[in-house]
Amino acid sequence: MEPSLSEFSKWLAATTLSHMIKSAGWIIPTLQTIHILCVAAVFSAAVLVDFRMFRLFEREVPLGEVTRRFLPAIWPVLLILLLTGSLLIVGEPRRALLNSTFFLKMALLLAAVLLTAGLQRSVAASPGFWERDRGRRMAAKAVATLSIAIWCGILFAGRWIAYTQGG
Amino acid sequence: MAWFRDAILYVEDSAIADAIRENDLLFPTIESVHVVAICLLVGSILVLDLRLLGLASIERPVSRLVSAILPVTWGAFALAAGSGFLLFLSNATKYLANGCFIAKMFLICAAGVNMLVFHWVSARDLPQWEKDTSPTLRARLAGALSILLWIAVVACGRWIGYTMPVL
Repeated sequence: MEPSLSEFSKWLAATTLSHMIKSAGWIIPTLQTIHILCVAAVFSAAVLVDFRMFRLFEREVPLGEVTRRFLPAIWPVLLILLLTGSLLIVGEPRRALLNSTFFLKMALLLAAVLLTAGLQRSVAASPGFWERDRGRRMAAKAVATLSIAIWCGILFAGRWIAYTQGG
Repeated sequence: MAWFRDAILYVEDSAIADAIRENDLLFPTIESVHVVAICLLVGSILVLDLRLLGLASIERPVSRLVSAILPVTWGAFALAAGSGFLLFLSNATKYLANGCFIAKMFLICAAGVNMLVFHWVSARDLPQWEKDTSPTLRARLAGALSILLWIAVVACGRWIGYTMPVL
């Protein structure tokens, strides 16, 4: 896997798009700024719903209404994140593709997407799903804790990519 | 300003500043906490700004949303300021010589002033319009200015990494 990814990085770095991204010093920090702002939106949307599940935020508003307000916005913003993230990889392929922290971030992202989509669906299908009884309310707090941990893990991994790049 | 220089040199020589500077794990870890805190700070402020612009959470009265979100915002701000201060300590002289860092501090102050002006001036007649889906022009201006200022804060923060050779 290593040599092929290395070859791929080399090929990617030689593309016209990669040269364009590297052609001016402001392009990569600008892409990173857009990326972080979108991360802020997605992270806050997910975490505010988690806080609601802990009854720490908007507790007088039904969970279904809070998820409807915050979670749908995650998906279009995630597309901008994939776009800016992809452009950053094209600009500096080795920084991410030869870096296990990047793959950890992607694995955590997959987990966060599944968890958040599952949460959104469960509440849409049955608004009282997480508040039906004591057991469900406990489960809601466990899910919220897991969600916060995974999203924080994504942000930590994102920052650590800069410190663990090999090539 | 001699006392200020002395104070900066003193904190920079402190054991804690030395530890953050020299330890391979400490700086990126504090930086990661800083990123998490800023994301929640900016994201939670965005929730309010979008409400003031009449673009999201429009069915919630402004004062209710403010009291729900402000504890999150202030908690995130405390964490961002605390972790940011620790990062600053480690290389205080270099940060103070960095234009992006200075700009970031001024922009944060400007965002604070914008918030105070909204609180003291524009929100005086809040009970009259807080249930309106599209708030007053002054409130919408406060929301728009807040979004622009925080985008600039994040951009300056990202640019510090590219303009300070030590990092």
